Amino acid sequence: MKKFFVMATAAVLSLSLLAGCGTTGATSNGGGSSAGGNLKIGADLELTGGVAMFGTAAQKAIDLAVEQQNANGGLLGKQIKMDYADNKSDPGESTNAATKLITQDSVVAVIGAMTSGNTLAASQVAIDNKVPLISPTGTADKVTVENGQVKPYIFRACFIDPFQGQVAAQFAANTLKVQKAAIFIDQKSDYSIGLANAFSTNFKSANGQIVSQEKYVAGDKDFRPQLARIKSSNPDVVFVPGYYGEVGPIVKQAREMGMNQAFIGGDGWGSPELFNLASADQLNNCYYVNHVAIDDPSMADFVKAFKAKYNQDPDSFAALGYDAARLMFQAIKDANSTNGDKIRTALENLKGFKGLNGDITMDPKTHNPIKDAVIIKIENGKNVFMTKVSPK
Amino acid sequence: MHSITELLQQLVYGLSLGSIYALIALGYTMVYGIVKLINFAHGDVMMVGAYMGWIAITVFHFPFFPAILFAMIVAAIAGIIIERTAYKPLRNATRIAALITAIGVSLFLEYGGMLVVGAQMRTYPNVFPETMYNIGGIIFKFGDIVMLVTALVLMLLLHFTVQYTKIGKAMRASSFDMEAALLMGVNVNTTISATFAIGSALAAAAGVLYGIYFNSIDPLMGITPGLKAFVAAVLGGIGIIPGAMVGGLVLGITESLVSGFGASTWRDAVAFLILILVLIIKPSGLFGKNLREKV
Amino acid sequence: MKRVSILNRKNALTLFLVIVMYAVIQGLIVTDILPPLYTSTLIQVCVYVILAASLNLINGITGQFSIGHAGFMAIGAYLAGIVSVKFHGPLFLSLLVGGIVAAVAGFIVGLPTLRLRGDYLAIATLGLGQIVMIIFQNIDYFGGAAGMQVGRHINWSWAFWVTIISLVVIHNFVNSTHGRACISVRENEIAAEAMGVNTTKYKVLAFTLGAFFAGVAGGIYSNYMYFIQPTTFNFLTSFNILVMVVLGGLGSMTGSILGALIMTVLNVALSGIPSLRMVITALLLIIMMLFRPSGLMGTKEFNLNFLEKKGERNVA
Repeated sequence: MKKFFVMATAAVLSLSLLAGCGTTGATSNGGGSSAGGNLKIGADLELTGGVAMFGTAAQKAIDLAVEQQNANGGLLGKQIKMDYADNKSDPGESTNAATKLITQDSVVAVIGAMTSGNTLAASQVAIDNKVPLISPTGTADKVTVENGQVKPYIFRACFIDPFQGQVAAQFAANTLKVQKAAIFIDQKSDYSIGLANAFSTNFKSANGQIVSQEKYVAGDKDFRPQLARIKSSNPDVVFVPGYYGEVGPIVKQAREMGMNQAFIGGDGWGSPELFNLASADQLNNCYYVNHVAIDDPSMADFVKAFKAKYNQDPDSFAALGYDAARLMFQAIKDANSTNGDKIRTALENLKGFKGLNGDITMDPKTHNPIKDAVIIKIENGKNVFMTKVSPK
Repeated sequence: MHSITELLQQLVYGLSLGSIYALIALGYTMVYGIVKLINFAHGDVMMVGAYMGWIAITVFHFPFFPAILFAMIVAAIAGIIIERTAYKPLRNATRIAALITAIGVSLFLEYGGMLVVGAQMRTYPNVFPETMYNIGGIIFKFGDIVMLVTALVLMLLLHFTVQYTKIGKAMRASSFDMEAALLMGVNVNTTISATFAIGSALAAAAGVLYGIYFNSIDPLMGITPGLKAFVAAVLGGIGIIPGAMVGGLVLGITESLVSGFGASTWRDAVAFLILILVLIIKPSGLFGKNLREKV
Repeated sequence: MKRVSILNRKNALTLFLVIVMYAVIQGLIVTDILPPLYTSTLIQVCVYVILAASLNLINGITGQFSIGHAGFMAIGAYLAGIVSVKFHGPLFLSLLVGGIVAAVAGFIVGLPTLRLRGDYLAIATLGLGQIVMIIFQNIDYFGGAAGMQVGRHINWSWAFWVTIISLVVIHNFVNSTHGRACISVRENEIAAEAMGVNTTKYKVLAFTLGAFFAGVAGGIYSNYMYFIQPTTFNFLTSFNILVMVVLGGLGSMTGSILGALIMTVLNVALSGIPSLRMVITALLLIIMMLFRPSGLMGTKEFNLNFLEKKGERNVA
């Protein structure tokens, strides 16, 4: 019985070591926020881990936005300094990242995270500390609204799932005039699931029928077993609410299997990379909902600047990351203050903001941006603008 | 599934996927068979090979065969470096220390790779003709045949190397008893390095074919196929070269049938469940011999 | 009677130190001196200390090579989350349910798989951990792949004392008859069996107890983090726990604590350089294994024996 509390002792000693670090860290941090006339904005992004592709794309776009803003005199007379925190594509780490940015780095606002789950994990920290947060691509309903109550300080720059799903369903039912649809969902992505549910509801209420529903997991490469099931259910149209990395191979493999149906998707398709993943031929008869046509002038400038800086094409994560950053800059400018409440009010009252993705007006009741959606048809390897749909 | 044609079609998809698993599993199982090390970094060496092939094709404009050869050589050198720096000093340490090092190497390649080439995916150009074949309603493409044939050829080549060549005999001798082999004049260090070189070259070949077949590569691409190939290797009896081939094909067909019956979200769980059942019922795998433990 | 024997000088000192350490940190938290990031790091240290200590019980003490610990953590996290969120149960019940369900799962899977040895057991447990993750991804009641919102129900005091209780229980188990039997299984299974040790029983016992505490740790995790997702508990998390145990030294409880502390703090400390963080972690891991494969502590324990009078000193 001699070493009864040995374990506990070790815990004490090791934890006290950390506590020591803790207190010294706290005191040395005192001067951090006033350093050199900078305005600090934080970004809680998926820089490593499973969806590192989302976060790194947004990081590049945000850096570009900051560079442009700083070249134009910065914000409130100060240069913007970005603090990035990696959430490793994990909600727990996202909470940590937000805690670090807000309480340690004393940022005035937070951009991120990319997925709804990681945004939800970060949002309570933002609310508790009264720091506004804008998610570039957190599309789930509950990111900004919970139990009918809008969450203070939490905003987003993207469409919400129901809107995109509805646009896609109405397009399928009214424009393509088809009755039988199949849905192919990315099981791991709440974006995909949300879009699929919205599509399904709206398509059914337009007297359509969902003939089959299959699932894949992001990162899969072989989709043929599921596609064979979809094929045998004989749909007129296949709705694939996923990201281009999977959508490209899905369309390619489906075409190779002799499926010539129309394929429809959401803004996750929006990347020039799609045309490398499937041939122009295979991508014919494909349509997707997006924010703005890729050849739109404002978009074209962004694409040019992005390509010049990074020698790569921006995707929808980059575009929305860019918009989220600029929305936040605008709000800080409007508020003319770094006070969280003032920025929040400014964001809520933001109207007619010239976003990359069209004119954006923030809905104060839901903290969702109100912006038009366009339907893009892929024709011989080019994105062709079809119609514009405004939210009700 | 509605018809026998569909079932056969799913079997064909399974064979095609399985031959990819088999390709990766070959190197895995050979390294384990000789060195008794679960080389968790094998999938990541495959990723390195895939990137090398991609650079060779898109930057140097190599044709297919020089490109795959280039990738195999670079990966073989990388394999030797990894073995010499990370694994060799641990040859007499515990298995768990070696395993942790392998995990470390795996993470290093993944995130070091991400640092060098970025997290975004890269697309492979089309190297194979996009010819489709249709036999009685069953569809497959040119790439499917390439994968299966390559896996078969490499399996046979590897099997003969290990069984009948001098270096192969040295490998088996080192695997059986390292010290005795040393006493008999086998250069164990060279033999083990050669094992890693061959294993890594195989992984690189698999990586290039994987990239060509599925069009896209990214720094984390090695994790899932690596794990699956590992399952395949165990299924066939880890260390047994024809076993890896059969294990890969069985795994591919199983996965494709599970998805074909509409349970795609349970696919990986079924793969791991089979793995556990095989281990409990016949731990040495489908092709392994049961050895009693000596006291 | 027993209380008297427990209250020797060393234990009293240890208890005193534990209380002082708790009081100091609690004081810093209450007075808002300790920044929230450090509080949250400390709570994560608690979670990983329990995880590492419980995995050490299986891997280090009993010598069973398990690399699927995140699976039991997931079971604990989800079940505890359900008790807290859906049934609004008290925190204690939440952690207990998480632990018990994880223990039951550990018992059920341990019984057949622990017949396996070495690498084969490692592979099987790796597969089991992945299966648990996939099951949670497929059940909508738990939020499916998108995850489950839990909310914060736990504070530093709870996390700290649960950790201390867990460590005391694990430590006492190791030093009991059962613990000795487990060590004999590690040292030589066949000899242990020949000496009349029921090896299966002790392997399953250690595995079940390890799973229980992994479940409790998972419960703390989910009750502290706002949101949990099945992929949080993938094999990389299992590896991470394994690394903590091996880094500290297999078989050393204080080593596990040290390993958990180092890895968790390192994770937070390097968060400012995300692109390099994983590379540095990987390199540290390799270098550590190359130069000290038995871990920082080996199988030794850090203890306060040096404070005892010479005559009282016990053989470790």
